[in-house]
Amino acid sequence: MSTPANAALDRLATPWLFACALASALPHVLHQPVWLSLLAGTLLGWAFWLWQHDRRLPGRWPLVILVGAACAGILIEYRSLFGRDAGVAMLVVFVAMKLLELRSRRDAMVVVTLACFLLLTHFFHSQSIPTALWLLATVVLITATLVRLHGGPACTPRIALRHAAVLGAQALPFMLVLYLLFPRISGPLWGLPADAHSGKTGLSDTMSPGSIARLAQNGDIAFRVRFDGPAPPRQKLYWRGPVLEHFDGTTWRPFEGRRPAETLEIISPPIRYQSTLEAHDQRWLLALDAPTALPDDVRLNGTLTASSRKPVSERRRVSLAASLDYRFNRDEDPAILRRNLALPPGRNPQAVALAAGWRNAGREAILGKALALFASDFTYTLQPPLLGDNGIDQFLFQTRRGFCEHFAAAFVVLMRAADIPARVVGGYQGGEFNPLDDHVVVRQSDAHAWAEVWLPGRGWVRVDPTASVSPSRIEAGIADALPFGEPLPGVVQWRADWIRTLRFRWEALNNAWNQQVLGYDPERQRQLLARLGLPDADWRSLAIALGLACGILAAGLLAWATIHRPRCDPALALWHKALRQLARSQVDYAPWEPPLALAERLGQQRPELADAFQAVVNAYIAARYGKPGSNLETLRDAVARFQR
Amino acid sequence: MLKDAFSAIAGSPRPFDPVLEQAGRIILGKDREIRLAVACLLANGHLLIEDLPGMGKTTLAHTLARLLGLHFSRIQFTSDLLPADITGVSIFDRDKSEFRFLPGPVFAQLVLADEINRATPKTQSALLEAMEEGQVSAEGQTRALPRPFFVIATQNPSHQIGTFALPESQLDRFLMRIELGYPDRVAEKALLAAGGQRAQAEQLAAVFAAADLPAWQEQVAAVHAAGPLIDYVQALLDATRRNPAFQHGLSPRAGLGLLAAARAWAWLAGRDMVLPDDIQAVLPAVAAHRLRTTQGGGPALPEDIAALVRSVAIP
Repeated sequence: MSTPANAALDRLATPWLFACALASALPHVLHQPVWLSLLAGTLLGWAFWLWQHDRRLPGRWPLVILVGAACAGILIEYRSLFGRDAGVAMLVVFVAMKLLELRSRRDAMVVVTLACFLLLTHFFHSQSIPTALWLLATVVLITATLVRLHGGPACTPRIALRHAAVLGAQALPFMLVLYLLFPRISGPLWGLPADAHSGKTGLSDTMSPGSIARLAQNGDIAFRVRFDGPAPPRQKLYWRGPVLEHFDGTTWRPFEGRRPAETLEIISPPIRYQSTLEAHDQRWLLALDAPTALPDDVRLNGTLTASSRKPVSERRRVSLAASLDYRFNRDEDPAILRRNLALPPGRNPQAVALAAGWRNAGREAILGKALALFASDFTYTLQPPLLGDNGIDQFLFQTRRGFCEHFAAAFVVLMRAADIPARVVGGYQGGEFNPLDDHVVVRQSDAHAWAEVWLPGRGWVRVDPTASVSPSRIEAGIADALPFGEPLPGVVQWRADWIRTLRFRWEALNNAWNQQVLGYDPERQRQLLARLGLPDADWRSLAIALGLACGILAAGLLAWATIHRPRCDPALALWHKALRQLARSQVDYAPWEPPLALAERLGQQRPELADAFQAVVNAYIAARYGKPGSNLETLRDAVARFQR
Repeated sequence: MLKDAFSAIAGSPRPFDPVLEQAGRIILGKDREIRLAVACLLANGHLLIEDLPGMGKTTLAHTLARLLGLHFSRIQFTSDLLPADITGVSIFDRDKSEFRFLPGPVFAQLVLADEINRATPKTQSALLEAMEEGQVSAEGQTRALPRPFFVIATQNPSHQIGTFALPESQLDRFLMRIELGYPDRVAEKALLAAGGQRAQAEQLAAVFAAADLPAWQEQVAAVHAAGPLIDYVQALLDATRRNPAFQHGLSPRAGLGLLAAARAWAWLAGRDMVLPDDIQAVLPAVAAHRLRTTQGGGPALPEDIAALVRSVAIP
């Protein structure tokens, strides 16, 4: 039955729309400013109150003022009405406001459409399993709302939800087929707004006191690694990020510009591994020292840092290999060595003087002295005191409390003052082995900084001063190295066995989701199709396979429906034929309309059709409602005459 | 929507047309209600007419009694009416030195129970028992009521002062409940010009004898209800049970009543089969007083029934 779009909305359908709006907007509470959530919540609560008390909805002008105020708020908050966040904020407000003008069915359809649209925007923020489940449930809810809107009051919540669930289950195989066979495109299908990748956490390409300590308080996953063989011991896992050579007294930066390629001598056999990087918007791939095999678009940049051509702006999987024992640039360019001796003039005089006094000792002895100094009475902490202009002096001789960047920076300054070329390396150290899926999980809290010194005949050698202050940081991880009460993320700090097991399970599940579902890229699709006997599939064969699979599915569903359909009375089939003819003659017909009433209405509306139709009706009621044994021929003839 | 299914298959006998036509001359402009009332009697059910005083309820009952040749009696219900005033009393006959039963007004073929909701529940239930059982138990003896036996009860809208609303279980005893409503302008003008119809009703001659009625009722009961039609009745019953607008759905007994009423309606139109048209025509009269709306709790309104009909596709 068709109901006109401007027909009044029935009262009991309204809560469905509230539920739709709430379910589709709720996850945005996590990302959008609090005032926006409060505004949307208030509007929804208001609409609900009006509905509950059967009050009149607000008129046009209050709504216009509200729209203006909300747009102004969004403009102030985001400095724009476009772009990802502002656009989503507008949608959320509009959905909430539309609830205040729910008068007709058309309004209800607008809410449903907006809710569907809003649903898509959640993928901007998250593609995790909980998000997917929430969205799936909301899709069923929206479908049930549509069922309810079309089914009328007789359609109870249970019926509507069951219909929606059945529809969803029928759509599921099509979804899978489309997912597997629709041509995959690397990168997003459509251009994302410019701010789509904002707010990524990760190492930055500069280092100042406190920058890594801040990062270490974040429990997010930076990358996951799966080794082909057994995982190496964790004290050997140094994941290299930017190499920082230039020091201005506070901040360490990399040198810009080209430099010659590395000369790398591999001592131990390479270990192969796959790394899945979370988006961090930088170019380095955080490869294990020292990388020996790289993907096509990745180069070493002269400091042994593997850099990709484009920033890693979405999750990326790379295949790499590393040799844990190596010699690196035994014949370093003298200009580079000079650069790695430079210190900002006039800064940190005490440290410079101390190290200058060591110059006469051998290089190994100097290293030993510096490390012995750190091992004496320094404290490893995430909450070091603030440092002034001569930060290294203050740290070495007064505060003696610091995080890895303090130790690495102080060590490099001491080495340079003692005439040994040295530099800071940023990256991650260690990681947590998840026995459930054999992945090593490296978090932001594993962010680390260490030092590299150049020794004649040995090249650049890694020295980790943090290891002498707090050996457990390197051997067991940051949670063991820090006393309880440091601001570590909960995910790292809570280490009861059952919590850890639960977390391992959850992370393994997430990893599988990332690898198998989200990581289903053109390469994987090619592999799958090759296994299905479709090697070198281009878009044309993909389209054929897609059409074929969908066709088979549709045919299967149709066959199932046909088998399970009750057998149609031939009289009814003929009657439907007559009704279709009626529809062709522009006469509408409702399924509840009884035959005699229909004939009479036709007599008034379309007298020219009435006689032929009356004959059909008479034959039909005799065949369908009369005593058994009436023949169908009369009806068939009447329908045939009516069709002419 | 609820288009009257008056059009008939040509040539079928319609013996009740004279009854309907003559009654239509007395109760002006109420053809549909008269037809429903006659259908109710043919379906062997009791009728409840709910309306304000002065709308022609009593005249309708009178007219039907006279046209069908039924022995008529009228009971005016009041708040001090006792059960014995309805069923009858035994008095001592001095000549024969024994108690003699004086049958009450309920011993008639067509009983008009006027303003039934003015009496106390105890008195109401005496009548309702008679309606249900077809017999009267008084002073330890059970006495059969005459056959055929019909009750046409009238009721004032329940919000009037001094009324005892019939409980739902007793409303269920009435196959149909109809409202007469105000006459339209043309009918009212004719009515005013004639100066009332009651006297005219007294003059009517019987079209049938009371003894004929059981035969007609047998014919009505034999009207064919095909499988698809039963499906439709079932779908309607099911819809009342699932529809959140109603507190509860229709009972199977209501379903039987609906079918019986539709059979009578079809037979009056000269058809030997029931059509969805017939079901829709009698549905408001059969269902409305048996349903309670969720909002307000009163009996279902015509709009509710219309919405119900529109929510069920004819199978």
